[in-house]
Amino acid sequence: MTVVEVMFALLGVIAVGSAILVVTTQHLVHAALWLVVTLGSVAGCYLLLSAEFVAWVQVLIYIGAVVVLLLFGLMLTRAPIGQSDDLDSPLGQRIAAAVTAASAGAVLVASVVTSFRGERIDLSDDRVAGSTGDVGAAVFRSWVLPFEVLSLLLLAALIGAIVLSRRDVSAGPAGARMGVVDEFGEIAEADGVVR
Amino acid sequence: MNGTLLASPEVSGFGGDPWWLVVIKAVAIFVFLVVMTLFAIWAERRVVGRMQQRIGPNRVGPFGLLQSLADGIKLALKEDIVPKAADKAVFILAPIIAATPAFLSFAVIPFGPEVSIFGHQTRLQLTDLPVAVLYVLAVASVGIYGIVLAGWSSGSTYPLLGGLRSSAQMISYEVAMGLSFVGVFLYAGSMSTSEIVNAQAHGWYAVLLAPSFVIYVIAMIGETNRAPFDLPEAEGELVGGFHTEYSSLKFALFFLAEYINMVTVSALATTLFLGGWRAPWPVSLWDGANQGWWPVLWFVAKLLMFLFVFIWLRGTLPRLRYDQFMKLGWKVLIPAALGWLLLVATVRALNTEYNFDTREIALYGGIAAAALIAVTFVWDLIAARRDEESAVEHEPEEFDAMAGGHPVPPMPGQSKPALTGVGATTTAAGPDHTATEDDR
Repeated sequence: MTVVEVMFALLGVIAVGSAILVVTTQHLVHAALWLVVTLGSVAGCYLLLSAEFVAWVQVLIYIGAVVVLLLFGLMLTRAPIGQSDDLDSPLGQRIAAAVTAASAGAVLVASVVTSFRGERIDLSDDRVAGSTGDVGAAVFRSWVLPFEVLSLLLLAALIGAIVLSRRDVSAGPAGARMGVVDEFGEIAEADGVVR
Repeated sequence: MNGTLLASPEVSGFGGDPWWLVVIKAVAIFVFLVVMTLFAIWAERRVVGRMQQRIGPNRVGPFGLLQSLADGIKLALKEDIVPKAADKAVFILAPIIAATPAFLSFAVIPFGPEVSIFGHQTRLQLTDLPVAVLYVLAVASVGIYGIVLAGWSSGSTYPLLGGLRSSAQMISYEVAMGLSFVGVFLYAGSMSTSEIVNAQAHGWYAVLLAPSFVIYVIAMIGETNRAPFDLPEAEGELVGGFHTEYSSLKFALFFLAEYINMVTVSALATTLFLGGWRAPWPVSLWDGANQGWWPVLWFVAKLLMFLFVFIWLRGTLPRLRYDQFMKLGWKVLIPAALGWLLLVATVRALNTEYNFDTREIALYGGIAAAALIAVTFVWDLIAARRDEESAVEHEPEEFDAMAGGHPVPPMPGQSKPALTGVGATTTAAGPDHTATEDDR
């Protein structure tokens, strides 16, 4: 085993271990922080595979935006310091979740193992995929359709979020109260955060 | 091992340094940042003092230069308080998370070209990555955790609100910041800092991509939580914001992080838009200006100029309200950045794919823009005339000063009722008011 392989295995163990802690910890905010560790070690794995662009995008998007938003939402609603006893789900739900997670993992592992069939990629080769240009070419040439479908999905989610958060639209028949700024409408739109 | 693995064909000239040179560079960057922090705190207090017609600290050392050092020692000697309701582990971790990334992002900032250190030819830059600017953004986004977690783990209301504000603020302004970089990437054809500096040999991107530069400068002030965007620690509203419950060295770490972040974003602005270590125009006529150790001087000079702007803004502008700030970020900066990006991408595509000259594009684009402006101007004239005609028919709305059971100011389109009684002529709003002002 080379140094890289050892480090890759270590990062994998950290990723899986902290992922388990995400779902088992009794502290709500700590769960989000363990998720940061998981995503960070996955970024480390990408880095070891010389996919620098993907690694830093992982840090930027997942750690820097997604989990921060998650924490943000937690703190706006409830983020108690210390243990929360109501985080435990019933036993049946836990078993179902474990079975789902295990089977999803098995499907992913099986598909990756069978598709590469023990093929080894020499990372010391400079021409190996992983640079920004290669990722861009792959996403916008061969995988452009899935990319566009995903962006459409994101757009739909975005519009959904706006519809859900605007009280002046949701109340009453569609558009009936549009343009009417209610008592807090102006503040709710721009501030939305502190209130 | 990793060095050779992660090296990419895009960035040559890195990864060949002996270990002691890497250590020297790392220590030099650390010392530079700490000294810059001490200097920036002193400069801020002195300059703001001057702007406010007072002297500022001048007791410790010549010109008060050692004031920040004395403050640092004082902070270290203070009692370290951990609130009872705090989440201990996270409370201790938060200042460390805030300060570490601040140091990390400086690893990819180029200070100068190749120089000779103890007989070794090496670049004045710790390392470079093909995605260096992305790395800076990613590291900066990790720094947000320090502030959010500090706010949450204090177990107190004001820090929580401050932490929430700053996370919202930093996420919002990071988007505008990232978008302002894309124009630079498109023109430089690389995300590596040293390549971007090289690409600016014949013109700075601050000139070529002026809107990107303006957007970046605004976003970088928002990103560092500095006045006029220092809402997370608005004293009047939130006591001290996220660091209210912090004391002693933990507080000092937040202070350090804030000032190093200022230095880092300034260095990034210098690298991406002001030609990095390249000499400014009149000096650049001299052949030796971009060789040897001189570039370090130009780089530091540009950096200090940005720091001065930071201080200047703090001495000049009042703090924005939170909703104004968010409106500026989401409704002005991001749409403006996107629109400008569309333009840059179009011009760039015409440049590279169809071999149009930028001047040619600018000429035709300028003619089209001028025509558009002329059309909108004429349109406005016609519309204004039509409005004037219709305004005569339009009755001003009735104004009810006690609408909803409490006194309210008139809304747009409503006019104040004429006042009656004593002093009605002098307090009436509108043209009369200005007339009385002039009379005095």
